[in-house]
Amino acid sequence: MDKFKRTLSKEQSPEERVKNFKEVSLGYTEEEAIKEAKRCLNCKNPMCVPKCPVAINIPEFIQHLKEGNFEEAARVINRDSSLPAVCGRVCPQESQCEGKCILGIKGEPVAIGKLERFIGDWSRENNIDLTVKSDKKNKRVAVIGSGPAGLTCAGDLAKMGYDVTIFEALHEAGGVLVYGIPEFRLPKETVVKHEIENVKKLGVKIETDVIVGRTVTIEELMEEEGFGAVFVGSGAGLPKFMGIPGENLNGVFSANEFLTRNNLMKAFRNDYDTPVKVGTKLAVVGGGNVAMDAARTARRLGAEVHIVYRRSEEELPARREEIHHAKEEGIIFDLLTNPIEILSDENGWVKGMKSIKMELGAPDESGRRRPVEIKDSEYEIELDTVIMALGTSPNPLITSTTEGLDTNKWGCIIAEDETGKTTKEGIFAGGDAVTGAATVILAMGAGKKAAKAIDEFLSK
Amino acid sequence: MYKILNKRLLAPNIYLMDIEAPRVAKSAKPGQFVIVRMDERGERIPLTICDYDKEKKSVTIVFQVVGSSTKKMAALEVGEYFMDFVGPLGQPSELVHEDLEELKKKKIIFIAGGVGAAPVYPQVKWLNSVGVKADVIVGTKSKETLILEEEMKEVAGSMYVATDDGSYGFKGLVTDLLKKLIDEDKKEYDLVVAIGPMIMMKFVTKLTKEYNLKTIVSLNTLMVDGTGMCGACRVTVAGKTRFACVEGPEFDGHEVDFEEAMRRQGMYKTEEGKKLLEDQEKAEGHKCFVGLDGEE
Repeated sequence: MDKFKRTLSKEQSPEERVKNFKEVSLGYTEEEAIKEAKRCLNCKNPMCVPKCPVAINIPEFIQHLKEGNFEEAARVINRDSSLPAVCGRVCPQESQCEGKCILGIKGEPVAIGKLERFIGDWSRENNIDLTVKSDKKNKRVAVIGSGPAGLTCAGDLAKMGYDVTIFEALHEAGGVLVYGIPEFRLPKETVVKHEIENVKKLGVKIETDVIVGRTVTIEELMEEEGFGAVFVGSGAGLPKFMGIPGENLNGVFSANEFLTRNNLMKAFRNDYDTPVKVGTKLAVVGGGNVAMDAARTARRLGAEVHIVYRRSEEELPARREEIHHAKEEGIIFDLLTNPIEILSDENGWVKGMKSIKMELGAPDESGRRRPVEIKDSEYEIELDTVIMALGTSPNPLITSTTEGLDTNKWGCIIAEDETGKTTKEGIFAGGDAVTGAATVILAMGAGKKAAKAIDEFLSK
Repeated sequence: MYKILNKRLLAPNIYLMDIEAPRVAKSAKPGQFVIVRMDERGERIPLTICDYDKEKKSVTIVFQVVGSSTKKMAALEVGEYFMDFVGPLGQPSELVHEDLEELKKKKIIFIAGGVGAAPVYPQVKWLNSVGVKADVIVGTKSKETLILEEEMKEVAGSMYVATDDGSYGFKGLVTDLLKKLIDEDKKEYDLVVAIGPMIMMKFVTKLTKEYNLKTIVSLNTLMVDGTGMCGACRVTVAGKTRFACVEGPEFDGHEVDFEEAMRRQGMYKTEEGKKLLEDQEKAEGHKCFVGLDGEE
């Protein structure tokens, strides 16, 4: 066995998977997981742990896994994360835990994400009860938003004995895990629902269909309903548009709308009522994970799909694995290309897009080379659908209805890094609502820190 | 789950329901709407709030059967449940925020088209409760399809009815009736609030522009989440893209790009539905257009 090569897990073939919404990566078998675990050197000063935003004791869980002691491994992970089957699938491990694995210097790092996923899946399939009971504290905490930040914060507080209620605006809990990330990366019925059930088993109540800022205000929750502290984990769900001509034509969607119709409303299934329109040739504008998700979803609905991105392949912000999967599935990358107008047919539907070619100039403040238009390089392509995946920003609904809860110029809630403390006493915040669109695991890390700070605040 | 407390057939295919939804009832204000979902596989449908009762913890909705989802809704009986009922959504009517003394000086007329009488009602009722009597025009196909007449009369100043077939009240379109009130009856108004099918609101604003009369419309765009996260409901107002679910649904009618709004509203219509919409457009006010479009 080559110690520097990671154990491969099975995947659906590209030809097969573009015809379905089933998960692409099939995960490790028990044998494969043990084999991969045995590559871990069990470092004395593990470099992987500090790179995990919730600091899972990685060598310890892998040690149990090596010995085939899966339940113990699950308990180790559960101390720090309630969502292993989610994180094992969607974390950008290459820039976190796996990015610092010592084996990565000479070869391939240990597949920590896949091992974590294996443990998460195994505990679910074997009905392992990881509930930790603690003395009831008889104090109420409200958590706004049931995405990764809210679920983590709520779970941690419940473990400490608090009476926690999550308020969710949509009809289903999970945030981006249910409306954003597609089925073929993160199965909803099995994985997401189960991990949310686990949080409920800790005693957390989830009230769906409650829009804080409209249905109820934070002030009412604290003054009338007896919540001693509030955690705001409302995410960054407001889509951006480019502001180019033709963006309101029929056939132009935000990625959020396109993904919500498919993931949350299951528009891709005939037995659900919500419709979705994809034409035969479609462009997704943007280069992040959301762009990849939208493109791969559209591909599964039968369209020829182009990713249009203004920088080069190297700068694509999406995970390498997603770009690789997208290419395998036949998605065409139109790089160094910037749309300048969406073209209309006589009925107001998209018929094409006018773009301009770009080249990379000097680095900007962010250190990335700035794309510059190449003169007279405009060209048109025929299209019938355009999806804008340009990023999102926090929704102002909560901050605009809560006096004293300050935001910065990007509309993000101002909160302390280490505690999630906002400018208003008793209100904490974390995740995308504070940072702008980031990752699932960073949101979880923020939820965790805030839970600790809320405990300190309420113990005073 | 949200219990159906009361159900009433107001006119053929138009139903009123009181739904038990304590949180929504407590926070609702005139001009706002809800989103409902019937069952696990259902779609999310926006419906305007017609009335609300904090004590009974109930919210009243009125809907017309126009497609499969509203058909499912109509089949439900008292004691059964809506799976989801979320709100109140959108901005309350601007009138709610106005200075009461200023408001009392205003002469307001509401124009309701078809089931648009339902969202007009809470605004007129609220105005009445603060001592302002607003006039109301309700436009409908015939006497048979007129809804909420008694309720409206109770809270309105003058109530006028326009029917396409002349079976009741004024024969003709709401725009003809408004014109008559201003030109012949010498009525003076400072503000028009029009709620109904998009095409009706478009023609009302076209007319009031001639009189330089401020006009508020309530846009019934396509919606998915209703909380501002997708932009399905985006409309162009005064040259800017706005999300109707968060910044609306009420906008200054003279600033709305109705052509675009109507085109976008038809995006998911079946081929048959699209044809209907085209025919309506062609008819451009020569034929009845009221009541062809529901809340969907």
